[in-house]
Amino acid sequence: MPVTTKVVKQPNMSFMVRIYFPAIFQGLALTGWHFFRNLTLHILHKFDLFKDVPAAVTYQYPEEKRPLAPRLRSRHRLTKRSNGSPRCVACMMCETVCPAHCIYIVADEHPDPNIEKRPKRFDIDLGICVYCGFCVEACPEDAIRMDTQILDIAAYSREGMYLTMDDLLNPENHGAIVLRDPKRPQPASQ
Amino acid sequence: MLEHVISSTILSGIMIFNVINLAALHTWLERKQSAVMQDRIGANRAHIGPFRLLGLFHPLADAIKMFFKEDFVPPSGHRVLHTLAPFLSMVFALITFAAIPFGDVLRIGDMEIGLQPANLNIGVLYILAMLSMVVYGVVLAGYSSNNNYAFLGGLRASAQMISYEVTLGLTIMGLVMIYGTLNLQEMIRWQGRLLFGFLPAWGVFMQPLGFLLFLAAGIAETKRIPYDIPEAESEIIGYFTEYSGMKFGMYFFTDYVETILLACMSTALFFGGWQVPFLRSGGFHWGGTLVLGLPHLLVTLMQIGSFTAKVLAFCWFFMLIRWTLPRFRYDQLMKVGWKMMLPLSLANLLATAVILVMVGN
Ligand code: SF4
Ligand code: SF4
Repeated sequence: MPVTTKVVKQPNMSFMVRIYFPAIFQGLALTGWHFFRNLTLHILHKFDLFKDVPAAVTYQYPEEKRPLAPRLRSRHRLTKRSNGSPRCVACMMCETVCPAHCIYIVADEHPDPNIEKRPKRFDIDLGICVYCGFCVEACPEDAIRMDTQILDIAAYSREGMYLTMDDLLNPENHGAIVLRDPKRPQPASQ
Repeated sequence: MLEHVISSTILSGIMIFNVINLAALHTWLERKQSAVMQDRIGANRAHIGPFRLLGLFHPLADAIKMFFKEDFVPPSGHRVLHTLAPFLSMVFALITFAAIPFGDVLRIGDMEIGLQPANLNIGVLYILAMLSMVVYGVVLAGYSSNNNYAFLGGLRASAQMISYEVTLGLTIMGLVMIYGTLNLQEMIRWQGRLLFGFLPAWGVFMQPLGFLLFLAAGIAETKRIPYDIPEAESEIIGYFTEYSGMKFGMYFFTDYVETILLACMSTALFFGGWQVPFLRSGGFHWGGTLVLGLPHLLVTLMQIGSFTAKVLAFCWFFMLIRWTLPRFRYDQLMKVGWKMMLPLSLANLLATAVILVMVGN
């Protein structure tokens, strides 16, 4: 194969570019304008004026949460029937489709003869989950959803990332889960 | 004699106190100003009780952190020099302020105190000399760390200092020719004159090109962006690679002290130091007549205030530059220094000399 060469032309810089100063002053004017604009707005905000013009694009995170898109895949939850029991029928679809193998279900006989099964245990190990959302798509019963908008999932140990059915049914207890003792129930054997 | 010692001690104390505190405040200014410039909010979480004070406690937290960090000396480094180096930088940067006048003569009773820690008649030379000494600390840091990155940083620092100190000296020479003195206090007094009867005869109006070159070379002297080749965190970590804790803090601090020094020098040399336009001893003058009479103490206070305000404005401006411009590449740095700024400063000097001779005749 013949050697091909590519001639890179040096940009032809004019005198004004080469002496740097005009560009430098342009840059200083831009940042200076931002500085004075934002400073004025910060001061006005202290007096409750022009509150709708933001002086910074920052979200002050723990106090002020960033608005999230409704379809964002966040922490899982299990939906409930009207009597409060899980909708899940333990069909194992989600466990089968899960690419990370992080859903562990133990099925049980349902007391109602019209319903075939119910989960005895339904655990998700969030430490392994890749948030692909396949479980939600696979579910025939709309029993599992990822719409809690909970993103601050953190724990002191791997066991702390392990959600039981109780946690999944009650996502509003999330804060308590994060801070709970790392001694969590042992993962169910697959 | 005794009064002289006492007044000098007090004046130095005031100077050192203000400089060190302003340098500590620079860490706050750095965070906050960069944040405001970039549409952010900046560090505001450090608090004492419910008080956050716009993040003013962060410098305090920094200091506590630095003091309690491990003080590490690389086993193959030179222990004594490694410890000595940050102190060298710091001390020379601080004692440079001895020659900076922050006010005119203060008269208490029949005692006259020049508001300047040391009234040196070669003030400008003293400042230039001490400023070049600062780089020894940097070079020593690179040498004694026995680390190639640090060594490279030290070498770059010395190359940069040599290149830019020439320009710095030459731009100041233009002013020395105009003012006819090396004494900073006298230089500032000279700037109390008026050009064409209305424009204050500040250095910046007489040497505009000289001022730009001085600023550029001066910022190179402070080793901050766009001239932070000796540090250049993203290429070589810098001459302080092997420093930790407060010793690193001292280098950090030296940069700020040098920034303040540059602000003081620009103010004194180019912006009339403590001069307030039209304010002379006794009050405001216009066209040779006294318009508004003021007591001596008030005039002195206004002059000190004017000096402080100018220095703070320069500090702000240097921060603006630091957060606006990218870093020069090494070859660009050398090219700008030797091929652009040096010839320009020489031409400036020549033009000044020619004009001075013509006006003098
Ligand atoms: S989001 Fe994906 S990885 Fe996580 S549990 Fe559902 S299927 Fe498994
Ligand atoms: S796919 Fe739905 S119904 Fe089936 S086991 Fe999973 S959550 Fe339950």
